[in-house]
Amino acid sequence: MGRYVARRLLQMLPVIIGTTFLVFALVTAMGGDPVQNLYGERPVPEGIRAALTAQYHLDDPLPIRYGYYLAGLVQGDFGTSLSGSRPISEMIADAWPETLRIAGIAFAFEMVIGVAAGVMAGMRRGKFLDNLVLLSTLTVIAIPIFVLGQVSQIFLGVKAGIFPVSGTNEGFYSYLLPGLVLGSVSLAYIARLARASVAENLRMDYVRTAKAKGLSPSRITGIHVLRNSLIPVVTYLGADLGSLMGGAIVTERIFNIPGVGYNLFKAIQIEDGPALVGFVTLLVVVYVVMALVVDLLYAVLDPRIRYA
Amino acid sequence: MRDATKTSVAPGSADEATAEPAAPAAPVRDAAKPRSLLQDAVRDLVRKPLFLVSSGIILVLVVMAAFPTLFASADPQLCELGRSLQKPSADAWFGYDARGCDVYARTIHGARTSITVGVLATLGSAVIALLLGLISGFYGRWIDAVISRGIDIVMGIPFLVGAIVILNSFRDEDGFRIGGIWGVLTALTVLGWMSMARIMRSTAMQTKQSDYVTAARSLGASTGRLMFRHVLPNALTPLIVLATISLGVIISAEATLSFLGVGIQEPTISWGVMINQSLGRIRESLHPLLFPAGFVSITVLAFIMLGDAVRDALDPKLR
Repeated sequence: MGRYVARRLLQMLPVIIGTTFLVFALVTAMGGDPVQNLYGERPVPEGIRAALTAQYHLDDPLPIRYGYYLAGLVQGDFGTSLSGSRPISEMIADAWPETLRIAGIAFAFEMVIGVAAGVMAGMRRGKFLDNLVLLSTLTVIAIPIFVLGQVSQIFLGVKAGIFPVSGTNEGFYSYLLPGLVLGSVSLAYIARLARASVAENLRMDYVRTAKAKGLSPSRITGIHVLRNSLIPVVTYLGADLGSLMGGAIVTERIFNIPGVGYNLFKAIQIEDGPALVGFVTLLVVVYVVMALVVDLLYAVLDPRIRYA
Repeated sequence: MRDATKTSVAPGSADEATAEPAAPAAPVRDAAKPRSLLQDAVRDLVRKPLFLVSSGIILVLVVMAAFPTLFASADPQLCELGRSLQKPSADAWFGYDARGCDVYARTIHGARTSITVGVLATLGSAVIALLLGLISGFYGRWIDAVISRGIDIVMGIPFLVGAIVILNSFRDEDGFRIGGIWGVLTALTVLGWMSMARIMRSTAMQTKQSDYVTAARSLGASTGRLMFRHVLPNALTPLIVLATISLGVIISAEATLSFLGVGIQEPTISWGVMINQSLGRIRESLHPLLFPAGFVSITVLAFIMLGDAVRDALDPKLR
């Protein structure tokens, strides 16, 4: 187990380096003049241009610039953003809690409702509830998330006044609607996954055996079927948590939540390379670590899987 | 192969078989055999309402994309501010949007862009996925390790971040963003192949170990023949299913990119562009949003249902 984790952690390194390098290269290839972007249409004073160019190694070739970045990163230094010259670690410290709040709400929502709906539908396959779940999840999957977000913002926020329209001034309550919107699509996938998995497991031999042994139906579904059918669901949930914690560009933009996704989008727009790469690094690390956690959870849920 | 089966009932075919027993695709061999898996699947499919409905919808959408003027006679680019936000009527079935353009005509004409982007991006990423997945699954060892890490790396890039960065680099000489379909197509293709490649890799790995592949190898079949004639046809199903489903997702992604202001732009009409334009005025009227969004949803739905139906038909385990 320990060796497995160590090996996986080692395998993560090339992925993290590769992804950040790719983003680094893409941002560089985007061209444009990041220093000029800071000044809009005004001319940039020569001295400031020279200072910024030297500070961010803008004249060096790509691999060397990336080397500088990596060297800083290893020492825990994410660098400073081009715009406003804030330390990127500080920007992350501001933005990430915001993202985590919506992500938490979205995750709780999709886990509780999604699994419950999926399990109930799977147990009553072909009945009314099953069809209802299938139909409603398909509808949610088919609607683009920004339409869902905008429409619910207008109707539940502006017109009905049930939820705060945007921003984060009202504490927990202001994160509720963005969280629900963000979680809705994954909820649909989770419900469908859980449904298929439960329906498949109900046909297994071990269920018949359990019935023959005279176990109560609640024990059969609650212990035997549920535990076996949750494995794919847990995989999905884990991967989804990884991407949820990485911020949601669309949802955060609609509801004006200054989280990771909001900052990412802003960084791309003003071509703030250092900030963009910093946030992406965070994203990639979170994503890769979550994938490892999921793999380890497998072994907990399914004793047949062992990691040597 | 299917044509061969059709002719197999022809009288005298048994003589042909004895005359040239070595011909691998001699008609009679098929006559003796029960229906192939593919034929079974097709027979299954045409009886399924799910398949009939979804493929019917897709057919209509494709015709719409190919010949928009069959469906709408109004000019989608003709906008008169005087009829801004008028409700649906007999003249304009879907009403007019904020700039007074005919929403029905624009929705019909938008189908071409949205469906072209969806189909081409899916085809492109499916080809990348097929080649990389097949090579990686077939050869294994260090080639597999390199390709798999490559997949991991590209997968690590958040989809929207990658797409926005790529799209930002599509600029004309004056530095303005080009709002045509090429940028969107590139972004969606480059960032859309990874999960398909993973599926292709794992099925290729499984198929490679089948007895018939070993048999072909021991008969001296070349690597290329093994890969493309023996492994590929038997490992293709999951890729096809996933590609069908992701076609819908890609059409939705195109709309999302337009929403973020980096996707397709006027004067090209796409559903994403229309949705994006209507969002600013949804407090006043909903219909300019409802129709293009509805078309996106129906298209996504149709492709998901088609994928499900094809999977059910092609997966022997579910029989």
